[in-house]
Amino acid sequence: MGYQLTKNEADALFELLKSQYVIFGPVLKVGEGTFSDIDVIRYDQVDSLDDIVWDQKSDYSFKETLNPINETLFYFTEDETTVPKGPQKERLVFMRACDFHALKRLDQIYLNNGFSDSYYARMRDKTKFALMGCEKSCQTGFCVSMGTNKTDEYDIYFKPSEDSVLVDAKNADLAALLRGEQVDVTPDFVEENFETVTLPKNLSKESFTDEIWKEYGERCINCGRCNFACPTCTCFTMQDIFYTDNPRVGERRRVWASCQVDGYDEIAGKIQFRKTKADKLRFKVMHKIHDFPKRFGYPMCVGCGRCDAICPEYISYQTLVNRLAKEEQENEK
Amino acid sequence: MKNEYIPQLSAIQDVNRHTDLEYTFTMEYQGDVKPGQFFEISIPKFGEAPISVSGIGEDTVDFTIRRVGKVTNEVFENYIGDKLFIRGPYGNGFDLENYKGKEVVIIAGGTGVSPVRGVVQHFAAHPHDAVSTTLIAGFKSPKDVLFKEDFEDWKDKINVIQTVDSAPEGYEGPVGMVTKYIPDLKFEDPDNAVFICVGPPVMIRFTIMEIKKLGMKDEQIWTSYERKMCCGLGKCGHCRINEKYVCLDGPVFNYTEAKDLVD
Repeated sequence: MGYQLTKNEADALFELLKSQYVIFGPVLKVGEGTFSDIDVIRYDQVDSLDDIVWDQKSDYSFKETLNPINETLFYFTEDETTVPKGPQKERLVFMRACDFHALKRLDQIYLNNGFSDSYYARMRDKTKFALMGCEKSCQTGFCVSMGTNKTDEYDIYFKPSEDSVLVDAKNADLAALLRGEQVDVTPDFVEENFETVTLPKNLSKESFTDEIWKEYGERCINCGRCNFACPTCTCFTMQDIFYTDNPRVGERRRVWASCQVDGYDEIAGKIQFRKTKADKLRFKVMHKIHDFPKRFGYPMCVGCGRCDAICPEYISYQTLVNRLAKEEQENEK
Repeated sequence: MKNEYIPQLSAIQDVNRHTDLEYTFTMEYQGDVKPGQFFEISIPKFGEAPISVSGIGEDTVDFTIRRVGKVTNEVFENYIGDKLFIRGPYGNGFDLENYKGKEVVIIAGGTGVSPVRGVVQHFAAHPHDAVSTTLIAGFKSPKDVLFKEDFEDWKDKINVIQTVDSAPEGYEGPVGMVTKYIPDLKFEDPDNAVFICVGPPVMIRFTIMEIKKLGMKDEQIWTSYERKMCCGLGKCGHCRINEKYVCLDGPVFNYTEAKDLVD
């Protein structure tokens, strides 16, 4: 069961939610893209349902709402360290089905791979998730192939249309806030994408020396944009900052890192393990389709297609993966 | 939930200068530590670096640090009584049970001696725990030799070949890469031999090739990998090789696992 709200009722509900939650969603940033006069859709705090971009995919994912681009871990004052306060208010994040599956991957790394990360955990504990349906497939997405087109893990679902808004809540706290005309609400999930992706099933040690990496290595410029757009990339690097006014006081931060950029694997003595562009690209792609699945038992990539959309060299991850699968099929014949 | 990122202040108890570039810092620490494990050592403003434990004392741990980077350069500005931030220990370390009752061969290059020093110390102190113990340690030149006093002490208790890649004329000790001494190793029962091999990536590669030439099986070989690590906690991703996180699953790997890993 759910509710069909009038525009006014929906606005009132949103105001009520805002009093209890800091609300994040994909927002259109006019002219704030990487290049001049280019817009970008990325996550930010929203004031109303109308602030949210419903009809397009966000260029960057929800992950920065849980794992900020840079996050202060603690402040140094001589011999003391002080941990900054976590989020004080409850939070609500609007996102699509593929990103709910990405959330599972973030949890996997930050909560369940060895130690638990207290910074991620305290952010996660304070956050609820609102599902945005997908009436039709986005351009580069292949969620159906990855089995990430549907989810029932949401706390609340919103579907705005011309003059009304459909809402359904699974979370009891949120359900208690809903009033209005009761109707059946079934979330929109796509059943078909423009693209179909087949994952190679028998990747081996030999796949790491496939000629395909050399070919793509000649196109890739290792800018790392795909890592930052990807909702499942979680790497970071430590960074110490000191205040110019008082060099005895500073902070340690973690900052998003890209495995595509030089220095990611460099150890003392300038030793690098992946020297070429091809090596770095292969490291990223194989993580998504071979290494992560081998460790955790399911693919890392959720098929959101953001990497393909953002690549300045027009490299298509899905074409690459399909070619690997095709090569494998041909070799089996 | 414990905040794993917060380091503890630890006072420097002693500094042992091996060479101009390599010092061992004995630091205050209470808790269990195994040889081959590592700590993240940090200096506010300069950052953190993963450093192997090179010695374990009562309420102290040793770190042998080579002055090669931003953090380690700064560590060298500190003296006895000064404090550094440390957190750890991390990683699996060497499990001595794998080597007891065996013909143990430990091959280490340069600062690679640090992570295996605890293993060597054990078998030097308890020679009967192993059928035999041999240490082949290689350094660039006579002036780069680390743990000189240890080698003096060990050579009476276990077989020690301490070699240098090259030496000025008149040098009397062994000269040549560690790999030069592997074909001459003798075993009572080759199936009961075990090898530990730690050093720079190139050295590990060629050393294992030589060990394999002796007809040894993969499961008889252990190695320890050095990779970039920002967290030591399985989060930052830098140390990952395929499905393994060196900080969690390593740094010590049996070669049956290590041989299939592609960086």
